[in-house]
Amino acid sequence: MEEVFQDVIIKNSDDYIINMGPQHPSTHGVLRFELCLKGEIVKYIIPHCGYIHRGIEKMCEKDTYQQIIHLTDRFDYLSAHINNEAVSIAVENALEVEVPERVKYIRTIIAELNRIASHQLWWCAFGMDLGALTTFFYGLRDRERILDIFEESFGSRLIHSVNCPGGLMYDIHPNFQQKIKDFIKYFRKVLPEYDQLLTDNVIFQVRSKGMGVMSKADAISYGVTGPCGRGSGFSCDVRKNHPYSAYSKVDFKEILFTEGDTFARYKVRIEEMWESMKILEQLVDNIPEGNYTAKMKPIIKLPVGEFFQRVETARGELGVFIVSDGNKTPLRVKFRTPNFSNLFIINKIASGNKIADLVAISGSLDLVIPDIDR
Amino acid sequence: MNIFKYFGDIFGALKSLWGGMRVTGYYFVRPGKIVTQKYPENRKKLEMFERFKGEVIMIHDSNNQHTCTGCGICEINCPNGSIEIISNKITNAEGKSERIIDKHIYHLSMCTFCGLCIKTCPSKAIVWGQEFEHAVFDRQKLTKVLNHSDSSLKKETKKEIKEA
Repeated sequence: MEEVFQDVIIKNSDDYIINMGPQHPSTHGVLRFELCLKGEIVKYIIPHCGYIHRGIEKMCEKDTYQQIIHLTDRFDYLSAHINNEAVSIAVENALEVEVPERVKYIRTIIAELNRIASHQLWWCAFGMDLGALTTFFYGLRDRERILDIFEESFGSRLIHSVNCPGGLMYDIHPNFQQKIKDFIKYFRKVLPEYDQLLTDNVIFQVRSKGMGVMSKADAISYGVTGPCGRGSGFSCDVRKNHPYSAYSKVDFKEILFTEGDTFARYKVRIEEMWESMKILEQLVDNIPEGNYTAKMKPIIKLPVGEFFQRVETARGELGVFIVSDGNKTPLRVKFRTPNFSNLFIINKIASGNKIADLVAISGSLDLVIPDIDR
Repeated sequence: MNIFKYFGDIFGALKSLWGGMRVTGYYFVRPGKIVTQKYPENRKKLEMFERFKGEVIMIHDSNNQHTCTGCGICEINCPNGSIEIISNKITNAEGKSERIIDKHIYHLSMCTFCGLCIKTCPSKAIVWGQEFEHAVFDRQKLTKVLNHSDSSLKKETKKEIKEA
C-alpha cells in the first residue's frame, strides 16, 4: 500500500498480471478485468469490454422507429422498459405528438416497478458476491411478484417490448392495479427483512464500509450517474432535475449519501426501493381513463434534425441521440449508457484493495455487461 | 487494543447474526410460506397467463379456415426476418387473379417476441400461443409452417378488412 495509486496506469514488464473473467461469476457477464497483483493487493485494473458487443447502434440504422424498440430492450435488460421509454419519448418529441395522460402514468408505474425489480436482483447478486447465498433466494422470491404483474399485462417477464413511439402496444390488464397494491402491501412488510438479513450483518458492514471510496469530484469527472453517483453526493437524478412522463406530478425524495463507499451505494439502492413504492402508491389509483396510444401513422418519418432524450434507468442516466435525415430509418443512433461510464472508475476506487474487495466494489457498481458493450 | 471494544465487537456480531438467523428461522418453521413451484411435476396444472407470449400461431376454425390473406405486412414489420410468406397467384371462379398463401413460415429460432407482426396484422390472423417448452434436439424443428395443410381463406375476410 506504500505506493501512490494514480489513475494513470504505468505498466512494467515485471508486473504480475492475472485475468479476472471473462467467465468469472462476479463480473456478472462477459467482462474481463486485467489485474496487476502484488501479493493479494490489486495494483491496477484495466477493464476489457467488447465480448458481447452486438452492434446495436449500427443495427438501429436499418430498423424503423417501431423496430428499434426491440433492440433497446436488450442492452440494459434489467431496466428494459425504461430504455424503451427513452427512445419513445425522443421520437414523440421529434414528431411533436402529445401522448395521452394515461400513457404517461402507466409508463411511470412500469418504470418504477422495473426499478424495484432491478434493485432486488442487484441485492441478490451483491449478497452472493460477498458470500451470502441466502439473499439470492429471498430477493428472487419478491422479484417474482413483479414479474408476474408484467407477465399478466404484457405477456413476458423480463423483456416486454410494450412501449412504442406514441404510447403502449396493449392496454393494461384489469388486474394490474389491484396486483400492484397487493405487491406494495407485501413488499413494505418484507423490505425490513433485507436489512435484518444483510444490512445489519456485521461481516457485511466490515467488508463494505470505507471500501472503494469515490469522491464527488471523481463521480462528476468520470460521469458516474445513478445510485453510484448519488452515493457520493452527486445530485444526478434525471427524474428530479429534468422530469419526464409523470414524474413532475409525484412527490418523492432524491436519495443522497455523502460517504461514497460501497455501503453508501448499497444504502442508496435500498432507500430508492422505498421511494419507488411511494411513487407507485401516488400513481396507481389515479390512472386517468383514455386511450392507451396516441394516433400514429403506420410509417413514422422523423423530420430532419437531431433529437436527444435522457431518462433515469435503474443504473443511471441513459441518453438517446437520434440523427434523422427524414427517412423512415434513422441516419445514426447513439446511446449513452450509464454502465459504460460507471465501469471505468473502477481502477480509481478499487486499486490498492484486495481481490475480494474488488469483487465487492464491482458488485456495488451494479454492472450489466450488455449495457456496457451494446 | 481496548478490551471493551474487543468483547463489544463479539457480542455485536452475535446480535447481528441472530437478526439474520431469526428471518431464516421464521421461514424454516413455516413451510406454508414457501413459494417455490416444482416445475416438471406440476406440468398438468400449470396455466400461463392469457396474454403470455409463447409463440406465434395462426388461428384455424372448425372448417380448417384461416383469415391470412398473405398481404405480407407481418413480414415487412418483423425486425429480424423470422417470418417468410410464400404465396401463389390463382384465378378464382369469377376470373380475377387472386393471391393466396401457400406457406406462412415462422422461424421460432430467430423470433425476439416483440409482437409487431401480431399488432400490425390487419385481419388478426396470427395470435400469441401459450406453448413455452420450445427445446428440441434439431434446429430444423424450430422452423414452423403456421397454416395447416389444405387450409383455405375465410370468404368474408377481405370484405371485413376493407370495411375496417
